[in-house]
Amino acid sequence: MKVQEDNPSVARFEELAMPLFDQLYNFARWLTQDTAEAEDLVQETYTKALRGFSSFQTGTNFRAWMYRILRNSFLSSRTGLKTTIALDGENDDRVLPAETTTPESVLIEQVDRELVQQALTELPVPFREILLLCEVEEMSYQEISETLVIPIGTVMSRLSRARKRLRDLLQKKSDGGRYGV
Amino acid sequence: MACEQWRGNLDAYVDGELQAAEAGALGRHLRECAACASDVLERVQLKRSVQAAGKRYTATANLRNRIQKTISTKPRRDAGWLWKLLAVPALSVLVLSAAVGFYIRNETERRQRVYSELADLHVAALASSAQVDVVSTDRHTVKPWFQGKIPFTFNLPELQGSEFTLLGGRVTYLSQTPGAHLIYQVRKHEVSVFIFQDRGEETTSLPSGPVHAQSFTVQNWAQNGLRYFVIGDVGTEDIQALSKLLQNAR
Repeated sequence: MKVQEDNPSVARFEELAMPLFDQLYNFARWLTQDTAEAEDLVQETYTKALRGFSSFQTGTNFRAWMYRILRNSFLSSRTGLKTTIALDGENDDRVLPAETTTPESVLIEQVDRELVQQALTELPVPFREILLLCEVEEMSYQEISETLVIPIGTVMSRLSRARKRLRDLLQKKSDGGRYGV
Repeated sequence: MACEQWRGNLDAYVDGELQAAEAGALGRHLRECAACASDVLERVQLKRSVQAAGKRYTATANLRNRIQKTISTKPRRDAGWLWKLLAVPALSVLVLSAAVGFYIRNETERRQRVYSELADLHVAALASSAQVDVVSTDRHTVKPWFQGKIPFTFNLPELQGSEFTLLGGRVTYLSQTPGAHLIYQVRKHEVSVFIFQDRGEETTSLPSGPVHAQSFTVQNWAQNGLRYFVIGDVGTEDIQALSKLLQNAR
């Protein structure tokens, strides 16, 4: 059945939204760090999105729209209100110069999954979420910019800072852990 | 090497966000510069690690169903009211009748399975050279014989003044459940009485009145957590008479 462009139907919503279910849950769970909260958040996201689906502009990015609703719901939730979303020095859209690479840093790849998961958990929410959107959801800078409602320049600088922080954390964990001594 | 001009672009390169021309140029630089190449390698590895580590949580099927329900039970806005008016009741009737049909077929099959199993047990016992394992017309001998052989106890009726004679009993199984099989005689006909623990799921849907199944008459009822079946090739009156005696046994 052909769906009218200006009146997207509920059936169309289901068709677009359900394939995102698993990813949205994973993202929600990472944000909230709690199963029950993540479930509520996903439920709320779908309810809100369905209600607001008529305002969704066909032709724009549906995935970014869904993630934006999820994220905004999170930020207005009890846990979300406690998280700091503002970052120091965010306004200079300068990309951090990379540190000189040492061969040892290649070891980071070998640190196990758990260590990376632990490090991701410890990251501040803005860093955690941008890394998840970029690496796990494989969003483009443009999509991330639409999801987080920030300019592309900020996407790049925040991503760069997030990666640097993650690398530092992993390095610290590796040094103090099994690669130590 | 003039690495500085590339440094700021390494992330974008790894993320596939550079224009083709830029990416090509950076690619050529990487072939010549070990430091930048190793930096890029490390970034790729970190990216992969996060990708693997980030796919961590799986939602329950329950949540998925809940959400599916939330978003699909809403009325279809683009559906015409006439269509709804006509199709919904029609569909409901269809679905309902299909469901009822299925249910009835299921129930009938289940009942028939129970009855044919009992009929088999009855016939097998009668055909056997040793119909019963405890041969006695005395209920006070037969009842204690079952003790320790089946996981429940039951009362047998006083038969004096009735046409029935107790021939004896044996242990039997219905759907892997142990039970008592008693054989009574009435005017040269043998009638079997089966007693099992009432587990509900198999038997609750059985009709309470006597029914004819495979040329036998069967009556069943539940009493004190036990399920009784009386089956034989005699008339309904005999089956009912024996059932009554059993129901009133003290």
